[in-house]
Amino acid sequence: MPFAQPLEIQNPDFTKEVMAQIDQVIKQYAGIPGSLIPVLTACQEIVGYLPIELQDYLSRGLNIPGSTIYGVVTFYSFFTMVPRGRHTIKICMGTACYVRGSGEILNRIQAGIDLKVGDTTKDRRYSLEAVRCLGACGLAPVVVVDDKTHGGVTPDKILDILSRYE
Amino acid sequence: MSKLNAEDLKRIRENAKKAISLREGEAREYSKSTYRSELLLCSSTACRASGSLEVKDTLEKELARQGLQQEIRIVETGCNGFCAQGPVMVVQPEGIFYQKLTAKDIPDLVEEHFLKGCPVERLFYKEPVSAEAIPRMHDIPFFANQHLIVLRNRGVINPESIDEYIAREGYTGLCKALLEMTPGEIIEQVKISGLRGRGGAGFPTGLKWEFAAKAAGDIRYVLCNADEGDPGAFMDRSVLEADPHAVLEGMIIAAKAVGAQKGYIYCRAEYPLALLRLDIAINKAREYGLLGEDILGSGFGFDLEVYQGAGAFVCGEETALMQSIEGKRGMPRPRPPFPANQGLWKKPTVLNNVETYANVAQIIQNGGEWYASIGTETSKGTKVFALTGAVRNIGLVEVPMGTTLRTIIFDIGGGIPKKRSFKAVQLGGPSGGCVPEAFIDTPVDYESIAKVGAIMGSGGMIVMDDKTCMVDMARFFMEFIQDESCGKCTPCREGTRRMLQILEKITHGHGEPGDIRMLEELSAFVKDSALCGLGQTGPNPVLSTLQYFRDEYEAHIYEKRCPAKRCPALIDFVVDPEKCSRCGICFKNCPVNAIEWKKKEPAWIDKAKCIQCLSCITNCPVDAIH
Ligand SMILES: Cc1cc2nc3c(=O)[nH]c(=O)nc-3n(C[C@H](O)[C@H](O)[C@H](O)COP(=O)(O)O)c2cc1C
Ligand code: FES
Repeated sequence: MPFAQPLEIQNPDFTKEVMAQIDQVIKQYAGIPGSLIPVLTACQEIVGYLPIELQDYLSRGLNIPGSTIYGVVTFYSFFTMVPRGRHTIKICMGTACYVRGSGEILNRIQAGIDLKVGDTTKDRRYSLEAVRCLGACGLAPVVVVDDKTHGGVTPDKILDILSRYE
Repeated sequence: MSKLNAEDLKRIRENAKKAISLREGEAREYSKSTYRSELLLCSSTACRASGSLEVKDTLEKELARQGLQQEIRIVETGCNGFCAQGPVMVVQPEGIFYQKLTAKDIPDLVEEHFLKGCPVERLFYKEPVSAEAIPRMHDIPFFANQHLIVLRNRGVINPESIDEYIAREGYTGLCKALLEMTPGEIIEQVKISGLRGRGGAGFPTGLKWEFAAKAAGDIRYVLCNADEGDPGAFMDRSVLEADPHAVLEGMIIAAKAVGAQKGYIYCRAEYPLALLRLDIAINKAREYGLLGEDILGSGFGFDLEVYQGAGAFVCGEETALMQSIEGKRGMPRPRPPFPANQGLWKKPTVLNNVETYANVAQIIQNGGEWYASIGTETSKGTKVFALTGAVRNIGLVEVPMGTTLRTIIFDIGGGIPKKRSFKAVQLGGPSGGCVPEAFIDTPVDYESIAKVGAIMGSGGMIVMDDKTCMVDMARFFMEFIQDESCGKCTPCREGTRRMLQILEKITHGHGEPGDIRMLEELSAFVKDSALCGLGQTGPNPVLSTLQYFRDEYEAHIYEKRCPAKRCPALIDFVVDPEKCSRCGICFKNCPVNAIEWKKKEPAWIDKAKCIQCLSCITNCPVDAIH
């Protein structure tokens, strides 16, 4: 039975400090109706992803069926079940960016650092996501790396921009 | 601070008015402001990305170095609207508009403008055709042709200061609604105003409120839809970042009208700055007693929470949004029962869009008749559009209903750049359609736009030039719909997948006779049978491109040719030596060195190396590559 073992043993990402933070989140929200999504958002912020063993742990802590949690995690694109790279590249594929050439930028990234949408490089340096409109259409095409928004990106500039993120 | 009553609010307003009087264009001699000048620096998402925070730091240092910090004040405002020119700054009271500022420009600017009194011309806006510099903001055509109601505080107030909002007559409408009006009177005024929902469907707001007010039950909810899923639209983000209190005020008035005690703002996670400013605004409003129990001593109580979305377009649909707030998978459910009767937690619920709420306080303050005097017969007031794509002046535009597309794109938007020509404008995003050149004089109101095969939608307006392939655009929107289909109903889940496959086949050069007919049949079927608006409107981009650009589909299918040269599978990547101007631009732009070129000789593409990235075609000045 997977849940017989404590999380720390199942997965080295769950250190004591991480567990303490997760328990804090559970305590804050347990019993409040409609709190599953905020809990998952908070946990993903702490751990970086939502592996199945964590969902299982939350299921017991919040008294919500594991199937419900899994259903919610897989429904929303914001949640991920696999760890991300050190830097997350979000390339905007919204209409404004697309008509200004974000498709070509994406091709260039895929060719340049051999990274597909939804994947992480082997060295866990980058993860690549295609997102729909970041609300910065005025600067299209837009690429966000971690929290920094890069506007007016061109296919020629993109690899250079990415190389700045170690 | 203890809770305010109407008198306290007036006092705050009077004091705050003095502080911001320079910004309202009051002459320096009469102004009670303690400053000589105010620098209104845009610090919303777009301008931040272009470096407005660095500009601010340098400005602060430079003003201090010149000993001007007591005389000149920097105010960080929300989105000014002219996003592509960012970072932008307006100097008041003169109204001088500076654009594309960098930290390097600042020492010079401070010395020339604020010490010597000579504004710096090289940082002015330049008229794109004549290159004439236009110093004052209100003379720039982009601003001059707009009519601001929803965006009236943009670029004027600091969105994190409730006092500045109050100074601009903020919370006046609320005072009136809570202290002088009955719920029935509020609903009556909103009905008279003719306000219709700005989230897409255009349902009359007053009527929606009336249904909810009449629904049985004592617990009711007021929700705000800030999910803004339409890719290519950023009106709601901008309102939330520039003027969050306007939305709160509208929601509190709605709550009083329908008798709700609790509200939620459902905001997408992709908008961190909007979320932050909402949070600040709500806390301030609570501190002032404008949220909570017994607001302004009226006996009426209401409170609000922000709910952060987790990335699903379909959650913008009203029933899905409510499921999501309940913590479930955000899947739509059939209506009826309508949310006005059974919404969040099965209680009567009103859901409106951000922009809809941002109109409400002014309608109450100035009366429904005032609002109804703006716009057309069936569409009242103004509408905010996010003008993007192949247009010179990218940004946020607010115009009275009934303004023509031509005015918006050519007068305000400045037309099409790079010597290209206008092809079509896309309205309403993945649920909408495109309007070709022949209908560019169509006025924007709900009915006229629908007549030409598009929808008003939430306000995304994407201009396309002759380099846009309409089949590829249809494929792009269908991919979006397919990706975001929640999978609950079969017509949407399977039908859109099948449509996408056909469109991909066509753009990849494998189109066959019969594909067009199949697309039309599937469109009709999905529209008729899908459960929610996502599927019911999803085929629209395909239908409208088929209506106006059928020849492009036919060229792809029968001639295996992409007229706009955007579909790599249908391009040979061969340089026409006759046409080639021998300039070498393609050679310099090719990322994989697949092009051979020597001075005075035509270029040649090595297909073994070519990765079909289109950079040569995009950059060729004489269109010599086919
Ligand atoms: C698939 C889908 C997505 C939608 N997304 C949004 C959205 O992002 N923002 C919005 O305000 N309305 C959206 N709507 C419309 C809402 O369902 C609803 O009609 C609207 O929020 C009501 O507010 P209004 O009457 O003020 O327009 C969407 C509808 C559908 C079918
Ligand atoms: S379409 Fe890319 S930011 Fe809006």
